Amino acid sequence: MDISLFLVLALNGIQYGFLLFLVASGLTLVFGIMGIINLAHGAFYMLGAYTVYWLVGYTDNLFVAIVLGLVIMLAFGYLLERSAISFLYKRDHLYQVLLTYGLILVLDEMQRIFWGTDFYSVPVPQILSASVPLTETQDYPVYRLFISVMCMAVAAGLYLLIGRTRLGMMIRAGASNREMAQVLGVDIGRVFAIVFSIGVALAAFSGMIGAPVSSVYPGMGEQILIVSFVVVVIGGIGSVKGAFVGAMLIGLADTFGQVLLPDFASVVVYAVMAVVLLWRPQGLFGRA
Amino acid sequence: MTEAILSTRNLSKLFGALVAVDGVTIDFAPGKIHAIIGPNGAGKTTLINLLCGDLSPSQGTIAFKDRDITKLTPFQTSRAGIGRSYQKSNIFPEFSCLENCWLGAQSRLPTSMKFFRPAEGYGEVRARAERALDLCGLGRRMNVRAAQISHGEQRQLEIAMMLATEPELLLLDEPLAGMGTEEAAAILELLKELARDHTLVLIEHDMDAVFSIAEVLTVMDNGRVLVTGAPEEVRRNRAVQEAYLGMGDEGA
Amino acid sequence: MSESRTVASLLLAAVAGLALFPFASDEFYLELFTHFMVLGIFAMSLDLLIGYTGLVSFGHAAFFGLAGYLLAIITPESEAMSLWVSLPVCLAGVALAALVIGWFSVRTSGIYFIMITLAFAQMTFYYFNENVALGGSDGMFIFTKPTVGIGGFEIIDLGDPTTVYYAVLASLVACYLLLSMVLRAPFGRVIKAIRVNEHRTRALGYDTRRYKLAAFVIAGTMAGFAGYLEAVSTGIVSPGHLSWHQSGLVLILVILGGMGTLYGPVLGAFALGLLHDQVQDVTVHWQLVQGIFVILVVLFLPHGIAGLVARLARRGAALAERAREPES
Repeated sequence: MDISLFLVLALNGIQYGFLLFLVASGLTLVFGIMGIINLAHGAFYMLGAYTVYWLVGYTDNLFVAIVLGLVIMLAFGYLLERSAISFLYKRDHLYQVLLTYGLILVLDEMQRIFWGTDFYSVPVPQILSASVPLTETQDYPVYRLFISVMCMAVAAGLYLLIGRTRLGMMIRAGASNREMAQVLGVDIGRVFAIVFSIGVALAAFSGMIGAPVSSVYPGMGEQILIVSFVVVVIGGIGSVKGAFVGAMLIGLADTFGQVLLPDFASVVVYAVMAVVLLWRPQGLFGRA
Repeated sequence: MTEAILSTRNLSKLFGALVAVDGVTIDFAPGKIHAIIGPNGAGKTTLINLLCGDLSPSQGTIAFKDRDITKLTPFQTSRAGIGRSYQKSNIFPEFSCLENCWLGAQSRLPTSMKFFRPAEGYGEVRARAERALDLCGLGRRMNVRAAQISHGEQRQLEIAMMLATEPELLLLDEPLAGMGTEEAAAILELLKELARDHTLVLIEHDMDAVFSIAEVLTVMDNGRVLVTGAPEEVRRNRAVQEAYLGMGDEGA
Repeated sequence: MSESRTVASLLLAAVAGLALFPFASDEFYLELFTHFMVLGIFAMSLDLLIGYTGLVSFGHAAFFGLAGYLLAIITPESEAMSLWVSLPVCLAGVALAALVIGWFSVRTSGIYFIMITLAFAQMTFYYFNENVALGGSDGMFIFTKPTVGIGGFEIIDLGDPTTVYYAVLASLVACYLLLSMVLRAPFGRVIKAIRVNEHRTRALGYDTRRYKLAAFVIAGTMAGFAGYLEAVSTGIVSPGHLSWHQSGLVLILVILGGMGTLYGPVLGAFALGLLHDQVQDVTVHWQLVQGIFVILVVLFLPHGIAGLVARLARRGAALAERAREPES
């Protein structure tokens, strides 16, 4: 492998890793804080991509479309938590799996009703459409770098939100002791609704920002969901730090695997997971 | 002291920076009732959890009947002959009392990987389960669901399940916790009876009970053993009085 | 006691009804019911894990699909193969896969178990979906039906839908009896205990991992048996058979029917299947209906149809009791 190919693969792997981290962090947050296993997380990713495709059609501007789309998805997440997810807190994981699986079926069908089964593409915005020279023969698209930067920004924002704000304090209180937080006057129902809508927004945002690179198509949520599960399992369920390490591991393993072991590309990811779990069954940063 | 049946050497357990059990060396003599007392947080339950394999020690060794059991898991210590009862009733609430004990009794079959003959057909298992129930005074509650019996009876069932595994040594974590006076007296009688052919290691907060049945006492504080000896000896020990008994009747 | 006897007589009546069904049915419904019964076996095998051992597997389709693929791979294109060869080979292959996947999976529990079984099933899915030699996303045909002969005589013709129907019905009953037997045996006591309180089961002297693994292999092999029957009756196997939608579907069947009953999942297979059959005529958006249906079941019918029946039976018994009281 020559150096320029290696660089491109590494950058692609890291960019994919960042995107995976964004999706997986939503998944792991919702589980770590609310104790909910959410299979519909991938469907929110897909919904984000379609929403941004739809809004770009009206506004002709990716950034405006993303902001509008995020508002819609936050509201959607909030309503969904209040109307369905909130009934699941005291129930077994089994029922959480089933209900959110039912949600996937509904959302997938909705997608087909509104947008059909065609593939759509979302254009890269003009100002980000350039490429930077990587080596003498190899260029790298600016938009991919932009994705990584945005993901880092969101991750930092999330860190500050949970670590430094009043809302973050209430979230942490609710996660560690629900009853006590309630006694202290935290409206835990609302806090959870907010956490869930943040989770939805994280998935949707990844779908939005990834849309120009990956295009928009039916079933895109499924693939990312399963890979995010692998990421979360590797990192340790509930651990945001673990989600980051897991996402990078899988992002790189998948990108390099497709080139080095093309016949086993999709199996590589699961093999990595199996190895990690053999060594640490609770994931890299999971609590035993 | 006679040859120990169970002994620990320099046993420690760390949870992060917290030293829950700190260099504990104790010999448990066969056929004795050996009580471990100490204030809350002294490391008693952690010690029991180490002995039965629920936790694995950070340091030190455990030997049972001259065999190193430091690294054994709970099912292995159980099969080796160490029975354990829990402080909070740890039973199968959906099952009848007999079915609860059945599980204990059945675990003494060479294996339960048996797929064909109905479990009811194993007469020796039933006999063992019924014997354990009778011994604990639950003979008449045999077919009642464990969730429906009283709290005190659940404590008895807890012990009966352990006895059904026919252990040589019993680890009892607060067998009297949450019991009425009469129920507690019945359990104490049972423990004395069991002591005839078993070794008993128990944690208990009820000091009257401890001094009435224990033959050997170990006092723990901050994860360490303060003293081990006969009850009278321990009562007179200055360090113990200061660290623990001096706190008055509260005792826990 | 009387409740279980009521259930037993209802089940006997249901089996009798199924046995008489071919006389009153056209070929379409005959094949549909065959499919339901195959799904019933598949769901019943998952119930052993979910309802009895407490292991929520979200990758059960891996074994269902794998058996079909194994059959397709070993069956020659032109000449038929004996069932006495192909069935044991397929089941052994699936059992081996279940042993390997299970060995990893039972080390984890709860949510990890759900995810790791899903991941393994996906691995299997991608392997077949991307392997062009094995038909890729189109799947494979099984060109010839297995022959069932004894001493050179062909005793069952698996080319005939009615014969297949009865063979599947017999398999369904046999699987039910087999699992009932296993659950009554000492092994069954241990896995039921694991579901209720694994920690205590271990403390009582059971190596719970080994028992969970054994349950996983039994359930996986039986799912493989269902997959074998499906492949024989339809003559085709595709990656869809091992997709996570298939795993989700079978999970729905177990919950809809009522877990921890063995017969509940079979009820679930028929209920959802018949609903599909009805809805199909009205709308093409079956997934939407199914999704809403699943959500409603989770919210309002967590113990499934079997739970509902039991509740009604209890209420009926209470009413009858009350009606009898004034007389005495």
